[in-house]
Amino acid sequence: MAGLEDLYREIILDHYRNPRNRGELECPPARRSEGFNPLCGDEVVLTFEMDGDIVTDLRVGGYGCSISQASASMMSAAVIGKTIDEIRDLTRSFKAMMSIHEESIGGDGSEALDGAGESDGSTDGALRLGDLEALRGVVKFPVRIKCATLGWNALATGLDETVEAS
Amino acid sequence: MSAGAGPEIDGAVKAQFPLLERSVHGRPIVYLDSAASSQKPAAVLDAMDDYYRTVNANVHRGAYEIAAAATEQMEQARTDVARFISAPSADEIVFTKNATEAMNLVARSWGGSNLGPADAIVLTEMEHHANIVPWHILAAERGFEIRWIPITHDGCLDLTHLDRLLDGAKLLSVTAMSNVLGTLNPIPRLAAAAHDAGALLSVDASQYVPHLPTDVGELGADFMVFTGHKMCGPTGVGVLWARMELLDAMPPFLGGGEMILDVTKDGFRPNTVPHKFEAGTPPIAEIVGLGAAVRYLEGLGMDAVRAHEVSLTGYALRTLTDRHGDDITVHGPSEPAQRGGVLSFVYRDVHPHDISQVLDQSGVCVRAGHHCAKPLMRCLGVSATTRASLYVYNDTSDVDSLAEALDEVGALFGH
Repeated sequence: MAGLEDLYREIILDHYRNPRNRGELECPPARRSEGFNPLCGDEVVLTFEMDGDIVTDLRVGGYGCSISQASASMMSAAVIGKTIDEIRDLTRSFKAMMSIHEESIGGDGSEALDGAGESDGSTDGALRLGDLEALRGVVKFPVRIKCATLGWNALATGLDETVEAS
Repeated sequence: MSAGAGPEIDGAVKAQFPLLERSVHGRPIVYLDSAASSQKPAAVLDAMDDYYRTVNANVHRGAYEIAAAATEQMEQARTDVARFISAPSADEIVFTKNATEAMNLVARSWGGSNLGPADAIVLTEMEHHANIVPWHILAAERGFEIRWIPITHDGCLDLTHLDRLLDGAKLLSVTAMSNVLGTLNPIPRLAAAAHDAGALLSVDASQYVPHLPTDVGELGADFMVFTGHKMCGPTGVGVLWARMELLDAMPPFLGGGEMILDVTKDGFRPNTVPHKFEAGTPPIAEIVGLGAAVRYLEGLGMDAVRAHEVSLTGYALRTLTDRHGDDITVHGPSEPAQRGGVLSFVYRDVHPHDISQVLDQSGVCVRAGHHCAKPLMRCLGVSATTRASLYVYNDTSDVDSLAEALDEVGALFGH
């Protein structure tokens, strides 16, 4: 049985209580992207600035549960300074970790991704998730997966629009 | 009163609900989400099981024994439901899929033939989406105006400008009891005001019929909708009651078998009420189950059900406030007699999803979210609430479990 300690890891609660990169950048020059969960009303508002294909700054606004807000905070810390391709790679790894399908293949979930990491070497996204690994326990609470991916989906949409516009 | 007072509700009632014997996460289940869906007593489960094992056949037009028995059981349930809400005639009971479909029936059939660009209807800010969206859909097609009765800071309807809002309106559609705040609205007064203005009154009684003695005549309603699964019955069956002259004049809603007298290549002649509104094979077992639920509640006595819930709601308001003080704010009227056992609350600044997740670990089932009432959430200035709701099988130990489990929320998310 999954316990609350699987969901509410200390690092998650820390990001919830002390969110990183909280706020909003002026648009323009910053770009804006929103994520909305109609089931619970949670909202993530991202504003970010680009230099070439690098996200140089990102701020997180909105409101919601500890998981949606902590995940967006951790995401902001992980993506600032990275290129669009690097962020997309990270997003794929994160969403793979959030996939129930991966979980069922890998038993407790860690095997599937760790296994992939061994075969692909240290460049594999899963190994670079770092602190984001703390969110792995969310998969054991399927209702909350949408909370954890809310900010990531908003960022993916925002980056896609940036690429299309350029 | 429509239902006599039975014996006082006691611990024996809980034992009549098999699901409440189970545990969750190794803890006895504490079910506090009856405003979303109630649990079912053995009497209802047995009635449906018995129907499928010994009676099952399609209703109407079957000459054989069990088809006649199935029809008889279904029509008995119609009679039971009519008696339960003191309807003048069982023919005024239309079975639908749920309250939502019943409200869509009213909007599509009555609204579709009575509302045009020059018209207006009146809703309130505390309506469930089921009493908002059908009107939005129809208004987009037919261009009538939707007006809104606002709410006060303590979660009651602000009727200051009621007459002005009703002026020229053709319909007032309002919930009898808020599914978020528990507020009991003054339906007879609203009925009188609507009728004085020449408007009809439609009542969403989904949270009312399961919990209070109901008399459609005393309420003064013209339409009333409610659902089976919130009143000890199964999912999949709801009810529209309306005055016969209205039902007679309304065009059919869904087309198909059963709702016709004759069909030719050129057209059809609709069946009589209520069959005109019951196209296709109905949810027979569910209707039989709803009939059993009605008889079960009559056995308890709806006055006793109401008295139990007023008492328990008062206990819950006191217990939560005594234990958690300023950490907890319960929305809605503070006086138990003016409300039902629906307790939407804010606990510190912890998000409702996190609260319900932590409570679940203690076996406490509460709902988190906007409760299908987003306009109301905006009025309250919140995106979501945590909602605990009470019913006949709940007792003070359930309330105590909720109050204790909130300590764990505080411990995890405390500052």
